Amino acid sequence: MKQHSILRVVAKLLIPFILLFALYVQFHGDYGPGGGFQAGVIFAAGIVLYGLVFGLQAARNVAPPIVMERLIALGVLIYAGTGVAAMFCGGNFLDYSALEYSFLQGSLLERHLPHGQHLGILLVELGVGITVAAVMILIFFSFAGRERSR
Amino acid sequence: MEHHLPVLLIITPLVAAPLCVLVRQRLAVFGLSLTVCWATFAMAIMLLVRVLDSGEITYQLGGWSAPWGIEYRIDTLSAFVMLFVSGIGAIVLTFAPHSIAREIREDQHYLFFAEYLLCLTGLLGIAITGDLFNLFVFLEISSLSAYALISLGAREGVQQTRRALIAAFHYLVMGTIGATFILIGIGLLYMMTGTLNMADMAERLRAEVQINRKLMDVNETRTVLVAFAFLSVGISLKMALFPLHMWLPNAYTYAPSVVTAFLAATATKVSVYVLLRLIFTIVGASFAFEKLPLDTELMVLSLIGIVVASTTAIFQTNIKRMLAYSSVAQIGYIALGISFASLDGLTGAIVHLFNHALIKGGLFLAMGCLVLRLGSAELDDLRGIGRRMPWTMFAWVVGGLGLIGVPVTAGFISKWYLISAALERGWWPVALLVLLSSLLALVYVWRVVEAAYFQDSPEQHAEVTEAPAAMLIPTYVLIGATVFFGLWTSLSAGVAQQAAQLLLEVTP
Repeated sequence: MKQHSILRVVAKLLIPFILLFALYVQFHGDYGPGGGFQAGVIFAAGIVLYGLVFGLQAARNVAPPIVMERLIALGVLIYAGTGVAAMFCGGNFLDYSALEYSFLQGSLLERHLPHGQHLGILLVELGVGITVAAVMILIFFSFAGRERSR
Repeated sequence: MEHHLPVLLIITPLVAAPLCVLVRQRLAVFGLSLTVCWATFAMAIMLLVRVLDSGEITYQLGGWSAPWGIEYRIDTLSAFVMLFVSGIGAIVLTFAPHSIAREIREDQHYLFFAEYLLCLTGLLGIAITGDLFNLFVFLEISSLSAYALISLGAREGVQQTRRALIAAFHYLVMGTIGATFILIGIGLLYMMTGTLNMADMAERLRAEVQINRKLMDVNETRTVLVAFAFLSVGISLKMALFPLHMWLPNAYTYAPSVVTAFLAATATKVSVYVLLRLIFTIVGASFAFEKLPLDTELMVLSLIGIVVASTTAIFQTNIKRMLAYSSVAQIGYIALGISFASLDGLTGAIVHLFNHALIKGGLFLAMGCLVLRLGSAELDDLRGIGRRMPWTMFAWVVGGLGLIGVPVTAGFISKWYLISAALERGWWPVALLVLLSSLLALVYVWRVVEAAYFQDSPEQHAEVTEAPAAMLIPTYVLIGATVFFGLWTSLSAGVAQQAAQLLLEVTP
C-alpha cells in the first residue's frame, strides 16, 4: 500500500474521526441511538482500516493481540462487576437503582457523576463496548494473519 | 446473601471465566476454577434442599418483576438438573490436570479452564432461568464454549490433529442450525403471546384470540403449531435424538477426554430438560401428546435410535466412539420415557438423566486414564490392559455394567421404571425391545472386557502402569456413585418422581 498516497492520507484523516464517533456512540448511547455493541464495532472498524492500509504488523503494534485478549475478559468483568456492585448496595443482581447515590457521597464529584439506572447502564455498556471492540479486532487479526496452506 | 443464592450460582462461574483469561498462570487458574466449581456444587445442593423444603424459588434480575424482567425460577426439576450438572462439573475438573497436560497444548490450558467455566455457566443457566429468550442465550453460551472445548483436542501426537477441528466445525454447523430453529420458534411464540416468561406464556397460550372473526385458543393457531415444530426439531438436534445425532460420535471421539466426560454427562441432558420444559410447562402435555402426535413420534424415533445406535456401537473399534454411540442409545431411553407421558415413564426419563450422567461421566473418566497411559482409545491397544491397569479397568467394567442395567447399579433403576411404564400401558413389545437393547449393550461392553482381560498385551505396552491416584479417585467417586444410587434411590428416583409429579400436575 506504500504507493497509494491518497488512500494513506485519507485513512489518516478518517481514523481519528471514526474512533471519536465510536466514543460518541458509546457515551451518548443512553440519550440517543447507540450503545456498547455499535460503538465497539465502529471502534474496531477504525483499527481494521488502519490494518488494511498500513499493514497487519502496524495494527498489531497499535492493538497487541495479547492486550486485546485481556480486554475481552475485562469487559465481561465490568459488566458482571456492575451487577455484583448492585448486590452489595442492597439490590438484586444488576438492579441499577441500588446504585443511587451509593458512591462518593459528600464529595465534590457527587453532583457531576451519573447515578442509579443511568450509572448502571453506562458501566454495563462500557463493558459491552470494550469486549465487542476487542473481539472484532482479534477476529480481524486471526483471519488476516492466517497463513496460506500450512 | 441467602436470597441471592440463585444468581450467585450463575455468576460465580461466569465471573471466574474472564478472571482465568486475565490471570493465565496455570496453577492459579486451576485453583480458581476448582474452588469455583465446588462452590457452585455446594450452592446447587443448598438450592435443592431449599426447593424440596419450601417449593419454588424465584429471583428477579435487576429488580424488574416477572413477566417484564428476566426471572430465575427454580422448581424440583431444575434444581435436580443443576445438582448433577454442577456435581459432574466439579468432579470432572478435579480429574482434569493430568489429563489435559497430555491432551491439550500447554499454552491453551487457561483457555480450557475459561471455556469449561463458561460452558458450566451456560448449562446451569438453561436450567435455572424462567425466561425463554434468556434460555436461548444460555444455550448459545454453553454451545459456543462446547465447540471451542472440542476443538482443543487438536494436538499433535495424541490423535490426528485435524479431526478434532473438523468434528468441532461439524458440531458448530449442526448446533447452529438447531439454535436457529429454536430462535425461530421462540420468535413465533413471542409474536403470538407478547411475552417471553415461560409461566406467563403458558397462561397466554391457553387464552382466546380472535382470528378472521373466529374465536379460538391461541395454541390452536397455525403460528403456534409452526413454532412448536421448529422448537421440537431444534431441541432434538441439540439433544442428539436419533436421527439428528450425526454430530455427536465425532465430537465425543476427538475431543480431549476431560471435555468428552463433561459434555457427555451434561450437555445433551440439559437439552432434554429444555424439551421437558417446552412440552410440560409451556405448551402443555395435552397439546403435544393429544392434539399433536409428539408421543408417537418420540417413541418410534427413540426405539429405532436405541436399536440402531446400540448395534452401531458393537461394530466400533474406537472405544470413545463406541461410548458415543451408546450415548445416542441412552438418549433414546430418556426420550422413550418422556413419550409414555405417564408418571412412571417420566420418572424413568428424569432419573435416567441423572443415572446416565453418572455412568457415562465415570466411563469417560476411565477412558481418560487409559488415553493418558496408552495415548489411544483403540480397542486393539486395550489388549491385556486389565492386568496393567487393574483399577482403571475395574472402574470401566462397573460403569459398563451400569450401561447394561445390571441390578445393584444405577442403570437398573432407570430401566426398571421404563419397563414398568411400558407394561403399565400394556405395550409389551416396547418392554421387550428395551430388554433386547440391554443385550446389545452387553455385547459391546463384553468386547472391551474380552480384549482387556482375556488377550495378551502387545510388546509396546510392557511399560504401561496404573493411572495416578489424582485421576483414579474422581473416577471412582462417579463409578461408586452409580453403585450407590443403584442401592439408595430416595435422592435420585425420589426427587425425579417429585419432579415428574410437578410436571404432570398430579398430586401425590
